[in-house]
Amino acid sequence: MNDVAGKPFGRFVPLAVFAVLVAFFVVGLVWNQSHDASFVPSPLINKPAPAFNLPLLKQPAQSVSKASMLGQAYLLNVFASWCFACADEHPTLMAYRDRFGIPLIGYDYRDKPADALAWLGRHGDPYHEVITDESGITALDFGVYGAPETYLIDAKGIIRYKHIGPLTPAVIAKELQPRIDALERGGK
Amino acid sequence: MTPELGQLALILALILSALQCVLPLTGAWKNSRPLMATGRSLAAGQFVFVALAFGILAWAFWINDFSVAYVAQNSNLTLPWYYRLAAVWGAHEGSLLLWMLILNLWTVALVALGGKLPEAFFARVIGVLGFVSFGFLLYMVTTSNPFVRILPAPPNGADLNPVLQDPGLTFHPPLLYMGYVGFSVAFAFAIASLLGGELKATWVRWARPWTNVAWGFLTVGIVAGSAWAYYELGWGGWWFWDPVENASFMPWLIGAALIHAQAITDKRGGLRAWTLLLSIFGFAFSLLGTFLVRSGLLTSVHAFAFAPTRGLFILVYLGVVIGGSLLLYALRAPKVTGGQPFALASRETLMVVGNLMLTVACAMVLLGTLYPLVGEALNIGRISVGPPYFGPLFLLLMTPLVLAMPFGPLSRWGKADLKVWARALVKIVALAVAAGIIGFVVGARSFYQLLGITASVWVMAGVALFAIKRWREAPAGKRYPFEMVGMMLAHFGVGVFIAGAILTRSMSVEQDVSMRPGSSVEVGAYAFQFRGVSETKGPNWLAEQGSVSITRDGKPVVVLHPQKRTYAGGQVQTEAAIQAGIFRDLYVSLGDRIGDGAWSLRVYDKPFVRWIWAGGILMMLGSFTVVLDRRFRLKRAVEPETTHAKPEPAPPGKLADDHA
Repeated sequence: MNDVAGKPFGRFVPLAVFAVLVAFFVVGLVWNQSHDASFVPSPLINKPAPAFNLPLLKQPAQSVSKASMLGQAYLLNVFASWCFACADEHPTLMAYRDRFGIPLIGYDYRDKPADALAWLGRHGDPYHEVITDESGITALDFGVYGAPETYLIDAKGIIRYKHIGPLTPAVIAKELQPRIDALERGGK
Repeated sequence: MTPELGQLALILALILSALQCVLPLTGAWKNSRPLMATGRSLAAGQFVFVALAFGILAWAFWINDFSVAYVAQNSNLTLPWYYRLAAVWGAHEGSLLLWMLILNLWTVALVALGGKLPEAFFARVIGVLGFVSFGFLLYMVTTSNPFVRILPAPPNGADLNPVLQDPGLTFHPPLLYMGYVGFSVAFAFAIASLLGGELKATWVRWARPWTNVAWGFLTVGIVAGSAWAYYELGWGGWWFWDPVENASFMPWLIGAALIHAQAITDKRGGLRAWTLLLSIFGFAFSLLGTFLVRSGLLTSVHAFAFAPTRGLFILVYLGVVIGGSLLLYALRAPKVTGGQPFALASRETLMVVGNLMLTVACAMVLLGTLYPLVGEALNIGRISVGPPYFGPLFLLLMTPLVLAMPFGPLSRWGKADLKVWARALVKIVALAVAAGIIGFVVGARSFYQLLGITASVWVMAGVALFAIKRWREAPAGKRYPFEMVGMMLAHFGVGVFIAGAILTRSMSVEQDVSMRPGSSVEVGAYAFQFRGVSETKGPNWLAEQGSVSITRDGKPVVVLHPQKRTYAGGQVQTEAAIQAGIFRDLYVSLGDRIGDGAWSLRVYDKPFVRWIWAGGILMMLGSFTVVLDRRFRLKRAVEPETTHAKPEPAPPGKLADDHA
């Protein structure tokens, strides 16, 4: 090792390796930042939300449809009991549910209703209503990549914003809440 | 005491740290004694202000001052006082403050104990440490101020993350940080030697005790984290190759390599460049550990908040500190390969093999940990490699190290006697095989069980042979200097660890069962009977508490009470109930209510699991013991320089081994 280290060029090897590593970090950080804000912009933004009609988790006989939600803005939060990141996001939703100023609707994605009920029972239920999409077919229309995802839908049924991955207080403060507030001001 | 005073204290500490960096370094450069002397008082002053800030934050927790946002986020009126104090380092800002406080503790300890070091060298060391602390303080003051207020103050706080409400995790971060930050001393010594263009390697001897202490703390910090995961995560596992665990394991591997490389450089003068490089890397990995945990680059069960701006700051800091150090190394590392030559068969060779394996293992862990990141950068998605990658590769890399380990201490420096090796090999093989046979007779049948027994005895036999050799060959009173005792303890600890890790893996019986009150399940030699669930209450939680009675051959062993706690904030946390023993742990963790009074339960019989942590604790004791050795008393280290102009002449004959 002394031999390698002793050669004039060999002594730059550690620095070069470190530089490559830093390059990866930079890419990672930049990717994370861009991803967090606007990575995979949904083609549906500022377009009408797809029509849906899904049963309620707690009263499967009743259902909620796009039409029944018209007239008020709401948040649609895609979650599932199998989703680890949803458990990360969960405390944030518990803390913010009443601060959004608009209803928070849970969208239980490709999940057994019994599991979802148990999960909500265990962690607490932040949602005003929960609709279930066990097959995940309606989710295809929304362009759901995975859970968690959050959609902001205005009173006219138009998707105004989409966030992929867990909501954090920073994302809510910087991205989501200003848009909700703008909708509320514009709508009334 | 108002929180704003804490902020002020941090800003003052920042200013002092800048001075602590600039003044002593300038002094060493201009050869100005008054400037060099400023380092001591600046370091002390910085310590006072950081300690003040820390005290103010702790006080805010103590009096439940929820107008401080950090307190409001991490504490609660019902949180017991000891967890309120531990909550000081329960999240990002406070744990940085702890990091800073520990860095200052190390610096002040160095000021107190390093008074006999050469003046210019010491000034450079203090200057380098000042630079390190300047970066961290700047980071705190600009992006992570723990004293931010929220007004109006909420009537009650959220809660400390319940995962962190456990004694193991109360001590885990401070111990880990003692280790991480401790490597800054070896780093500062290395950089100071490069800056000063030291031709001799005497600085390595001065650095050795500091490296040993840091590594010991890191070891016990990792042990505490592993024990915590075992108790608190409810999975019964003790190591998950999780990114955050890996972040602490990488500096540990480098530290283990560095301890041995320093020993070679100290005693034989060789491997100087390598020791320099490892000193830099040890601290680099400590910073990387901080970076990985804080930046949100890698998600993990225990990663803190996602904060790209913070990540960017640390990245720049890392680039300056480590990139700068490596550039300095490239330009100024000693050009001559110093030290005494050594034959292929020698103690040096064995230690180099160990060093290589440890560093390659570290590179392997780094690659696996960064894999999701690499996947993203190359646009193929986040892919985690997980235990199937780490486990076999680590085993493969550690095999040569474990094989070589008993022979290192038994060999001479420079040129080992092959006959000694052959005789030792015969004895060690005989002992290991005998242990394997005894194990087989007692009932060990699987390959891994036998492997665990023989590998563990292989290492322990080496320690025993070394102890006997010293007893026979060295004069009474000089048989076991502290440095050797430390080595023996640590190596023995490796043997204990191997037994624990492999036997737990091969002998554990784990069952996930659903049980109704009154029903039983057999796990190994034990019968677990579920008696039902009742409710119980703690200071800030309600729990459903199961009751499981365990019998062996009809005789009662113990009744265990696993809990499923719901904390004030709504979070749910499992508390496994464990009957701990030297030879086995019986472990029960309560799952979910399934209905009809039935519950899902996890019941484990985990033999030898404590040996894993006992091994780690022995390694820690070993590395602390080494520090007591007379060799490191500073009087000797700063003898007139001429004694060290040449590497120490090897004392003839048996005495060569005194310098093990």
